[in-house]
Amino acid sequence: MAKHADGYELKDGISVVVNSECPTCQLTSDLLVELGTNGHVEIFSQDDPSFPTSAEWVRDDSELSFSWHNDVEAVPTLIRVVDGKEVERLVGWNRKEWERLLEIDNLAPDLVDHKPGCGSLSVSPDRVNELEIKFGGRTFISRQVEIASLEDEIEAMYDRGWSDGLPVVPPTEARVNRMLAGTSRNSDDIVAIIPPNLAECSVEKVAINAVMAGCLPEYLPVVIACLEAICTDEFNMHGVLATTMGVGPIFIVSGPITERLGMNSGINVLGHGNRANSTIGRAVQLVLKNVGGGAPGGIDRATLGHMGKQGFCFAEAPSPWENLAEGFGFSSEQNTVTAFTGEGPRILVDQKSRSPESLARSLAEGLRSTISTRMVLGMDAMLVISPEHLSRFTDAGWSRSQFIEKMTELLMIDSDEIIEGAGGIEDGIPSAFGGNQLPKFRPGGLLVVHAGGPAGLFSAIIGGWLNGAKGSDPVTKEITL
Amino acid sequence: MNRTLSVLDPTSEDRSPEIQLSERIKGIEGSTIGLLDISKPRGDVFLNQLEKRLTEHGATVLRFMKPTFTKPAPVDLRYEISSKCDAVIEALAD
Repeated sequence: MAKHADGYELKDGISVVVNSECPTCQLTSDLLVELGTNGHVEIFSQDDPSFPTSAEWVRDDSELSFSWHNDVEAVPTLIRVVDGKEVERLVGWNRKEWERLLEIDNLAPDLVDHKPGCGSLSVSPDRVNELEIKFGGRTFISRQVEIASLEDEIEAMYDRGWSDGLPVVPPTEARVNRMLAGTSRNSDDIVAIIPPNLAECSVEKVAINAVMAGCLPEYLPVVIACLEAICTDEFNMHGVLATTMGVGPIFIVSGPITERLGMNSGINVLGHGNRANSTIGRAVQLVLKNVGGGAPGGIDRATLGHMGKQGFCFAEAPSPWENLAEGFGFSSEQNTVTAFTGEGPRILVDQKSRSPESLARSLAEGLRSTISTRMVLGMDAMLVISPEHLSRFTDAGWSRSQFIEKMTELLMIDSDEIIEGAGGIEDGIPSAFGGNQLPKFRPGGLLVVHAGGPAGLFSAIIGGWLNGAKGSDPVTKEITL
Repeated sequence: MNRTLSVLDPTSEDRSPEIQLSERIKGIEGSTIGLLDISKPRGDVFLNQLEKRLTEHGATVLRFMKPTFTKPAPVDLRYEISSKCDAVIEALAD
């Protein structure tokens, strides 16, 4: 369907769109000159207004306006118009077809019978974005910032305080436009109110920061879902940002989308090297800083912080156990993001346990130290269990709920060991709690995610932060495309 | 090629309204001073000491507490403090 703008309506007769570099246009150039001279056609030349000749019936379409508005996909294209309406269109050179459309016999008998055309400049990947912005009516709400020709654009963005410490990709209109194609949402939709400044954040602002982070357009719905998850009362992003404790939002993506986006759930899953894993979390952090105003050293008061605050996102591997999102009431077929407040990951090594009982004890011993051996109930933890460790349990037929039940049993702590002053350590729970067995984690406070490379008897703990209404609870959101 | 690059502003572009500071108190004596405990461990130790000293200097002290240190103080609490006190001291502690 042609998208006619003022001044680009098709005129009755036959219009031909050509490009001087197209061999088929070159092949037919003498014929086109003859047809134009005799008033049979009007020619729109995409790259050279003197091709196929200089004449008043050769129109300059170097702005590609005619081509774009009339959805020309190849050259040469012949469009026949009757009473202002397109009735037929031909692409490439085909003598019989041209003769029929033009109602002229014996067209250029010396030429081959047919030759396919070339791609139109108006659909060339390096032009299409610019044209969509120019003619397609895409308008941006955000202010345009001009970077002078003598400025280095990467340095200019550092100077404006837009970076997280690493270089960012310049968010040009063309790139942001491309990014916005990754979501079906309108660019002016409000995604979330971003703390600490409680700033309204539109899809467009998310897209700008996603470009800067290095995201591909198809990652945008995930970035949006991450923001929807953390900008909730339950997640309490304000507190997570402002706390002196070195925690940040961590995103676990579950469902079929992880494979479609090429996310990493395998080797080096908690590390670097995968574009989606590295840039989705980074985009969220850039939004928090640039839109929400939560700059490190400003409202972000972390004493130590951790490298994952650069952006911490990974994919959950398919698992014989129910996945993380299923634990929050979603199905394994749904695409979801779970946001969890956590510190940096810590490896738990156990290379000798062969029985599930032994490995469970070993993991529980490691989990006792989460955040502090003296702390119980107040903070959750995530256990990232590797395939080889998981197989110790699944080979023995353990289900996820059996595993959690066993871990809960093994993580009952003798409170006398962790009261203030025990072992000569002043930190601890009030002495009034002595003489009890206390659970390390609240019910549901141990989150289990299956991920990691196929070889290696390691798992990882990610310690949480203050949980419940006084802190932050994990939040899962469905990713909508 | 000598051309400028145009990029889109990634910030919220909000401008914060100018905030007028409330009038400073002339002195401690005769003033009502609020002490806000943000619910951090041992904040009370610090605030008890402050209360003692302020009372010795002739101030009336009112004590307030945030439900949790991880979230901003509720609007009602902020209103209560601003309507009852001439000044407020907020304690961080651990």
